[in-house]
Amino acid sequence: MSTLDFTLALGDDALIAAQRLGEWTSRAPEMEEDIALANIALDQLGAARLLLTYAGELEGAGRDEDALAYLRDDREFRNCLLVELPNGDFGVTMAKLFFLAAYQLPLYTALAGCADERLAAIGAKARKESAYHLDHAALWVRRLGDGTEESHRRMQDAVDQVWPYTHELFTPAPTAPVDPATLRADFDAQVRDVLDQATLTRPADGWTPGGGRDGLHTEHLSYLLAEMQVLHRAHPGARW
Amino acid sequence: MYGNDFAPPEDGPGGGLLGEVEAAEAALREAAARARRGGPAGDEDLEAYFAGVVDADQKIEPRDWMPEAYRKTLIRQIAQHAHSEIIGMQPEGNWISRAPSLKRKAILLAKVQDEAGHGLYLYAAAETLGVSRDELVELLLNGRQKYSSIFNYPTLTWADVGAIGWLVDGAAIVNQVPLCRCSYGPYARAMIRVCKEESFHQRQGYEILHTLAHGTPGQKAMAQDAVDRWWYPSLAMFGPPDGDSTHSAQSMAWKIKRFSNDELRQRFVDMCVQQAEILGLTLPDPDLRWNEQRQSYDYTQPDYDELLRVIKGNGPCNRQRMEHRRRAHDEGAWVREAAAAYAAKQNSRERVAA
Repeated sequence: MSTLDFTLALGDDALIAAQRLGEWTSRAPEMEEDIALANIALDQLGAARLLLTYAGELEGAGRDEDALAYLRDDREFRNCLLVELPNGDFGVTMAKLFFLAAYQLPLYTALAGCADERLAAIGAKARKESAYHLDHAALWVRRLGDGTEESHRRMQDAVDQVWPYTHELFTPAPTAPVDPATLRADFDAQVRDVLDQATLTRPADGWTPGGGRDGLHTEHLSYLLAEMQVLHRAHPGARW
Repeated sequence: MYGNDFAPPEDGPGGGLLGEVEAAEAALREAAARARRGGPAGDEDLEAYFAGVVDADQKIEPRDWMPEAYRKTLIRQIAQHAHSEIIGMQPEGNWISRAPSLKRKAILLAKVQDEAGHGLYLYAAAETLGVSRDELVELLLNGRQKYSSIFNYPTLTWADVGAIGWLVDGAAIVNQVPLCRCSYGPYARAMIRVCKEESFHQRQGYEILHTLAHGTPGQKAMAQDAVDRWWYPSLAMFGPPDGDSTHSAQSMAWKIKRFSNDELRQRFVDMCVQQAEILGLTLPDPDLRWNEQRQSYDYTQPDYDELLRVIKGNGPCNRQRMEHRRRAHDEGAWVREAAAAYAAKQNSRERVAA
């Protein structure tokens, strides 16, 4: 995987995650959580902007962050499927965020030490934010898993539903600035601890959907992009 | 953001008003520094003591005695202000997913997040008066307390996000700046913080409109249309004309309110005319003109019958806004219950461990 493809993949992960988290605004279970989710969405969006800007420079075709975000079709997006899945209930959103953060934290940490200076700087900034995302999501996974009967059932359902999509995150890419396969042990340890504390069961591995890194997405992404891009595309060449 | 319906350039929007917020903050510090009597003497009449504190422009604090009607008025006003912040997240939140650039998306997300924050500190200010946030939220959800009527209008285009920032936040600031000098300390302090952030929002809204007004013909038309739709509802945010305003006189005497609805509305109009010129947009009032004698603009009053209809629940979005809030509240119930159950388990585990 080239540095450009890798950067684009990470940028798209962050962008689509931000778009989904932003959907929670004014809908969270409590006001404090509305603020927290917006915070995390803003962090993801901030990382996306840095990564997409850099991807545009690496590409050298004059595309900036907005050209990449608003003027590509779903087949050109390189995000993992996990982030594009619909929000579901709050449990599903927390399962998605927990797995994403448990992947992004070791990823950005490794990135901070990579040879590419731009990526290293982005990784150094983003890993601090990921640590907070992971704390926040892990706390909710524990609360919901070890809360009431209903919340336990919902959280286990959410973990079961989202788990298959985590495998795609660790598809080996030996030539990338950071090989995702090397992050798996960290991720597994983190997941095991939190699920144990939450009295939840780690689902068995079986179905492993993927294809996002090659632009083969779920049906959900095209709808997400249709909404995200509609205004920008309606006014070609306009400045905002 | 909050109206009274239940500032812009010297050097750009918000400039002069922000100066007033800073002056109010300085006055607050001075009031705190002035030797304050440690409370009424044993034989002193409580009401006279309260009146003395208000007259001296000192602040009433939560521990102080206050007339029951003063407490009730403040609870109602602060709660309605808090509700307005929370409901106000919806019309702008409507455009987060479609914001036309990543930069605008980030700014808008942060703005709506600020509103949630304002809601939280206003509920906290109300709680100092002996009422709980849960009770107040319940009063919002069952319709017994209102929020600012302006949020019952829809955001139909991206330019509405700009118009809300410029006009609605602008009107809210004009309304709130005097509240920075309100006699009740926790509310005055909350308002100082809120006004500073609101003036930032107003600049952002103004900048959105400025960019649109100087963009493509389609963008400019979008900006003008938004100003056409938001102008009169923004004027109505200052509430009914002074003659019809029910709570005003007593609130003035208590120094909760410092200027009449019509005074504030005039101030807002005078501020906006110059800004509209810089924007290159037209305020939709053919009778708007400078009155040399009054040193103010003459303007057409908003339709107060419409305001009354919206207050009574029949604006374009009243039902939608309430349904959205109730749904979020109901759908979050299992999460809040889980958090409470988990916290209780953690507490009992800690007790066992100790």
